Amino acid sequence: MKTLAELQAIKEKMKNKVVLREGSGEIRIVVGMATCGIAAGARPVLNAFVEAVNEGGLSDKVTVSQTGCIGCCELEPVVEVFEADKEKVTYVKMNAEKAKEIVQKHIKGGKVVAEYTIASYKS
Amino acid sequence: MKELSLNILDIVENSVKAGAALTEILLEETEDKIVLTIKDDGCGMDEQMVKSVIDPFCTTRTTRKVGLGIPLLKMAAEQTGGGIDIVSKQGENHGTIVSAVFFKNHIDFTPLGDVVSTIVTLIQGHPDTDFLFIHKKDDKEVQLDTRMLREVLEGVPLNCYEVIKWTQDYLKEQYEGL
Ligand SMILES: Nc1ncnc2c1ncn2[C@@H]1O[C@H](COP(=O)(O)OP(=O)(O)O)[C@@H](O)[C@H]1O
Ligand SMILES: [Mg+2]
Repeated sequence: MKTLAELQAIKEKMKNKVVLREGSGEIRIVVGMATCGIAAGARPVLNAFVEAVNEGGLSDKVTVSQTGCIGCCELEPVVEVFEADKEKVTYVKMNAEKAKEIVQKHIKGGKVVAEYTIASYKS
Repeated sequence: MKELSLNILDIVENSVKAGAALTEILLEETEDKIVLTIKDDGCGMDEQMVKSVIDPFCTTRTTRKVGLGIPLLKMAAEQTGGGIDIVSKQGENHGTIVSAVFFKNHIDFTPLGDVVSTIVTLIQGHPDTDFLFIHKKDDKEVQLDTRMLREVLEGVPLNCYEVIKWTQDYLKEQYEGL
């Protein structure tokens, strides 16, 4: 059983990690979580990003956060990736599988997954 | 919505947006019914506003964009023979209570789905807001109070991954006994 003692141990471990970085925010992944996004499947997308970023050891430079309506309801779930000095990348019609792939190829590998971006849906 | 837990996620987002410090999410489940109560201490709404959010298409107000969250909850409840109620107050003792009744055995009942994921998602997105979650079924219950976690964590954020994982497992284990 999970106990508060275990949570206490997590605290001790985290506390000693020099500065609690809150993600230094080199890369920000933002998931649209308004009604339209949630209905279209944003919850598993968000959780897939959180898991893939942390399991992939990327949490020092990547933060995953939630926002309201990004403004393209028919293309939900929508995810935006912000990176310093780079243009924002908007991924649309997301699912958990695509999220994992984007973490591997784009966030880790540095190559935008063009076929999932809004540009490829608009054209 | 495919699961009621998604409606819950969406409705609690309203509470957070209203600036709630604490949002209580209560599920009371019996043989034939689920009663959902979401209670927050956010800014509240005036009477006219409450009317217009419940029935966005029957209102003369045109200044506000029509939200879909509450109407969707209402539909999910009414299609089982249940319904929703909203009580809200601004000013002193401000806050909102949204309650909904669902009849479980009705053919149009939407299953509750992954409630644990909803709670974890709320904490991940709003680590500085408190949530009290209770799911009662018969004489058993699942419970999570982020204020208690916060006390143990002494400043370590509730949305750091290890804590998120712990919280998820903590809830899942409780659900095994429900
Ligand atoms: N708990 C709450 N506290 C204060 N205001 C609320 C609350 N819930 C809903 N509202 C108000 O009602 C509006 C409609 O809510 P909703 O139907 O969920 O649509 P949306 O969130 O997309 O606007 C919100 O924009 C907000 O102004
Ligand atoms: Mg809403």
